[in-house]
Amino acid sequence: MTALLTPSAVVRQPVDHDTERGGLRAMLADTLVFTRRNLEHIRQIPDMLLDVTVQPLMFVLLFAYVFGGAINVQGGNYREYLIGGILIQSLSFGMMGPATAIATDLTEGVIDRFRSLPAIRSAYLLGHYLAELAGMVLSIVVLLGTGLIVGWRTHTDIWHIGEAILLLLVFASGMIWLGTVIGIIVRSPDAVMGVGFVIVFPLTFLSSAFVPIVSMPNVLQWFASWNPVTIIVAAVRQLFGNPLAPITKHVWPIDHPVVAAWGYCLIILVITVPLALHRYRLRTSD
Amino acid sequence: MYEQPVHHTNNGARGGVVAQGLGKRFGDLWALRDLDLSVAPGTVLGLLGHNGAGKTTAIRILTTLSQPTTGSASVAGLDVVGEAAAVRRRIGVASQQATVDGLMNARLNLEMVGRLHHLSKAEARRRADDLLERLDLTDAANRLVKTFSGGMRRRLDLAACLVSAPEVLFLDEPTTGLDPRSRNDLWEMLRDLVREGTTVILTTQYLEEADRLADDIVVLDHGVSVAHGTPEVLKSQIGNDRLDVKVSRVGELPLAADVLRGYSSKPPTFDEDLLTVSIALNDGTRLIDVVRTLDDAGVDAVDMNRREATLDDVFLTLTSPTRDADAPLDRQPESVPA
Repeated sequence: MTALLTPSAVVRQPVDHDTERGGLRAMLADTLVFTRRNLEHIRQIPDMLLDVTVQPLMFVLLFAYVFGGAINVQGGNYREYLIGGILIQSLSFGMMGPATAIATDLTEGVIDRFRSLPAIRSAYLLGHYLAELAGMVLSIVVLLGTGLIVGWRTHTDIWHIGEAILLLLVFASGMIWLGTVIGIIVRSPDAVMGVGFVIVFPLTFLSSAFVPIVSMPNVLQWFASWNPVTIIVAAVRQLFGNPLAPITKHVWPIDHPVVAAWGYCLIILVITVPLALHRYRLRTSD
Repeated sequence: MYEQPVHHTNNGARGGVVAQGLGKRFGDLWALRDLDLSVAPGTVLGLLGHNGAGKTTAIRILTTLSQPTTGSASVAGLDVVGEAAAVRRRIGVASQQATVDGLMNARLNLEMVGRLHHLSKAEARRRADDLLERLDLTDAANRLVKTFSGGMRRRLDLAACLVSAPEVLFLDEPTTGLDPRSRNDLWEMLRDLVREGTTVILTTQYLEEADRLADDIVVLDHGVSVAHGTPEVLKSQIGNDRLDVKVSRVGELPLAADVLRGYSSKPPTFDEDLLTVSIALNDGTRLIDVVRTLDDAGVDAVDMNRREATLDDVFLTLTSPTRDADAPLDRQPESVPA
């Protein structure tokens, strides 16, 4: 520690504060700093990517080769039916990532460090969002790639496929913000897994994601016909030109899956984004 | 606390800290009440107190992390509530836990803080390298912080506070959990910073730390400031020399206390673990008389030590009025780590 004993001018050197930046530019810059932090975490612990890459891949193989043979989809190939469902299921489970990361940050002191810096406060949440979205994009690429290998194909034009991808990204965004809200609300990162499963399991399995609704008991058919997962899965299938399971309950969303899917995504975002910002403000002020 | 209002010089200006009537209530509990502070630029204020005395609450308010329930405060001439963003540009904060990111290396940690201070990329990089060198972390610059020892973490945490060359540095129990050597290094470092003009406010439970570093000390107890002054002034409040008498066993303590009461105008204090009774000696007391009296009373005294009052004595006297000879022996003063 001899360096400390010699007087040094390092600390009092004038620092060139780039303070003249506009609010929006500063917000973007701060967001990217936090995004980089989260990507750096993934670089250090690549296992964090397993749940958005290997796990969905295993689901594709499991349902395509193990369960698929036992599931009959009228008027189509089960593997083409499957991909839309697995995409939505994976993106739904993707909310665990931001929830765990944010809950961890909030229980450790690092959040106080960020708050004592002149960074824009919401940039922290936006940084998480961008990093998680990158993970979701990777997940989509892996799933569509695996799909192509096991026999999934699209049967529509580039515009419909583009709309499907965009819908997936917007749905992914909704799930990230839902995860953000959960991460802020729970008292410890350990609680995230429980809360996440309780939300995601019923929504993804009581839907047409894996099996046609027609095979379910009557009450569940009603639930599944309104379930946003069913609707968004149906929208993606329709936009890719993949087989749709027969409709048993003619409720508005399932009769108009694409419009209804956009509506559901919008509702999720309109609720979760302001809620996340609000709860974050509450949680980090006393 | 308003009998001695703070009408100090220009401590509110660049680098100084002023607080008036600062209070913070959580539900029914006042964590901090009516705190007045005036810290001149380039000086060190020590906030001294046990756990729960309100030290951290005071720091959190002054660093904009918490809103005061009552009163107002300014740091570097800026209001901590109304001009919080500007305050954050001028301060460095080290909270009790080292708040560095374990999943990044040391250099990236500092660069991140620099970027969040809105330094340019090149500038953030340069500051990071300078500070790593200054804090003797250059060799560990590319190591993941989670592999760091406690002392290295603390140093990196301090480096993170210094990235923006702050005018005022807030350190919440900076040496808690450090080994003696790391603690001495940190003290040395803080003295350097103060010589260079940085204002430092630190909290501590260690009286030695406050005594060695602080120009001014505020003693907090249950959210209230119970004493304020330089280490010398506080010691002179206690005044007289101290006498510690060590006895052979616990049973001897009450008898020794009874005897020693005759030589002090204040009640004795005990340390049951060290088997010691301490008193503030009346002026002009001769040690030989004390020895004779103890011997005549049949007290088995094995050792005695006459010394100047320390901050420990100040602290115990000010914050623990019940811990005197009349209190039962199981309510001993906590032994404070030196």
